[in-house]
Amino acid sequence: MALPRITSPHAKGPSRTQRVMLLVLAATLPGVIVLTWLYGAGTLINMAWACAAALGFEAAILKLRQRPVGFFLRDGSVLVTAVLLALALPPYSPWWLTLIATGCAVVFGKQLYGGLGQNPFNPAMIGYVVVLISFPVEMTTWPVPHSVGLGAGLQHILGIASLPDGWTQATALDVLKVNKSLTIDELWSNPAFGHFGGIGSEVVNLAFLAGGLFLLHKRLFSWHAPVGMLAALVVMSLVFWNGSGSDSNGSPLFHLLSGATMLGAFFIVTDPVSSATSSLGRLIFGVGVGILVYVIRAWGGYPDGVAFGVLLMNLAAPTIDYYTRPRTYGHRKAERGLKLGE
Amino acid sequence: MSAPSYRELTVNGLWKNNPALVQLLGLCPLLGVSNSAVNALGLGLATMLVLTCSNIGVSLVRGVVNTAVRLPAFVMIIAALTTCIELLMQAFTYELYQILGIFIPLITTNCVILGRADGFAAKHNPLIAGFDGLVMGIGFCLVLVVLGGLRELFGTGALFANMHLLFGPIAADWQITLFSDYKGFLLAILPPGAFIVLGLLIALKNRIDQQLAERARATQPAAPATSRRVRVTGVIE
Repeated sequence: MALPRITSPHAKGPSRTQRVMLLVLAATLPGVIVLTWLYGAGTLINMAWACAAALGFEAAILKLRQRPVGFFLRDGSVLVTAVLLALALPPYSPWWLTLIATGCAVVFGKQLYGGLGQNPFNPAMIGYVVVLISFPVEMTTWPVPHSVGLGAGLQHILGIASLPDGWTQATALDVLKVNKSLTIDELWSNPAFGHFGGIGSEVVNLAFLAGGLFLLHKRLFSWHAPVGMLAALVVMSLVFWNGSGSDSNGSPLFHLLSGATMLGAFFIVTDPVSSATSSLGRLIFGVGVGILVYVIRAWGGYPDGVAFGVLLMNLAAPTIDYYTRPRTYGHRKAERGLKLGE
Repeated sequence: MSAPSYRELTVNGLWKNNPALVQLLGLCPLLGVSNSAVNALGLGLATMLVLTCSNIGVSLVRGVVNTAVRLPAFVMIIAALTTCIELLMQAFTYELYQILGIFIPLITTNCVILGRADGFAAKHNPLIAGFDGLVMGIGFCLVLVVLGGLRELFGTGALFANMHLLFGPIAADWQITLFSDYKGFLLAILPPGAFIVLGLLIALKNRIDQQLAERARATQPAAPATSRRVRVTGVIE
């Protein structure tokens, strides 16, 4: 009688990567709903087009690299990249803008480094930064909430006609950056400003906060990186908060609820591949991103700095890992640097 | 050392040992000025001239220069030639001279030139050394022009703009606009674009080499079967 000999582990879990990616996609739902409520179907079209393009690019480059196409497409990681990228782009982006961003994210950001788990940079942020520095005009025109209809939006996506000037506006962070003469109280009457942050973006940020807290509750990531980033942003904006004059850098609440703060804190900084590894390392990583975001917003050349901050800290992640290697039980902490007293 | 044949030198300079694609030398000007075809061609021609002349010069003095001080001597020759080129460009293509700026004097420190001077010209006669400099220079110039052309095409949607800076008024309308309402892909013009496009060119070259090797292996008759021996070490397949 032949007994089947089976070695451990005996418990077989579901495809873990796929489950994680599906949870992340589910957590973006509040943000997607709010964006759709504010800007119409633009975000949904962006997402659908970005997902289709990303799947196409991923399949093509996997084929070129002679890797199993179906296996890697099913893990859903490329869909997360595409969705995060589509959420970061302005609604009703022209089709070629989304295409280039997705292509750069999947091909240059992810697959050329070796695919899932090998990329030193966050692919979605690579794609975003490529189009941000290449096409600044298209990337900084956000539609006014509740203005663009589906017809006009589709025409803009297909490049037939551009959106009328009255339907687009600079973001609140942009207005604050170029502002030279108005005090903060006067700025609040600017149509780009809402109650606490940018109009629209304050609600979007709260929605992403809700989605992020859901992921935190599901223990998909630890609290270290997001808390580090948000805390650093609050501390920086408190320290450099120079009142409400015309040279003001904005209040902490404004910085928390404007731009891509919450999307970055809970969906980008928490990327397990391109951030630091240990808990302390992730805390330092998050703090670094928070500081850089504020520095770029207050004194840099771009209105928002989440993408640049994340990419710069991605560069620093190996160094952070080197200095924050946890002590193994039973061993003393490894000494680093010059050995003194020998 | 026996001198390599001219055919061998040509294959090496243009493809097998291309200074830009294989040796990856002289990357600073290669990446710095390749944002348009005209800039690339201007600097490529200047580098090619200096490389050819410096190889001849170095080869001529190779018998009289002490080994210990050869590098300073070679650099002096290269610097003198670069100064000549710089003055010539200032005289005949003044606008291009201004655009290329610091990269013309920097030809002196181009690793391709010093590398060929010390690695090849110092060991061979002037004729063959000059030929080596010429084909190496052409190889470098070709990659530079392809890189510049691709970046210009991706970045602006047009090719060969401002060629009159190099060839005079007859070249004023050489510009080819491939896409009329092109938005301008700024990244290709910026420094990161140079790294990305050069990386793609190197990948393409390696891929072509790989396919050529595969084809050569396929056409070669299989090795005759010899006596098989039992393997006692190594990987069991």
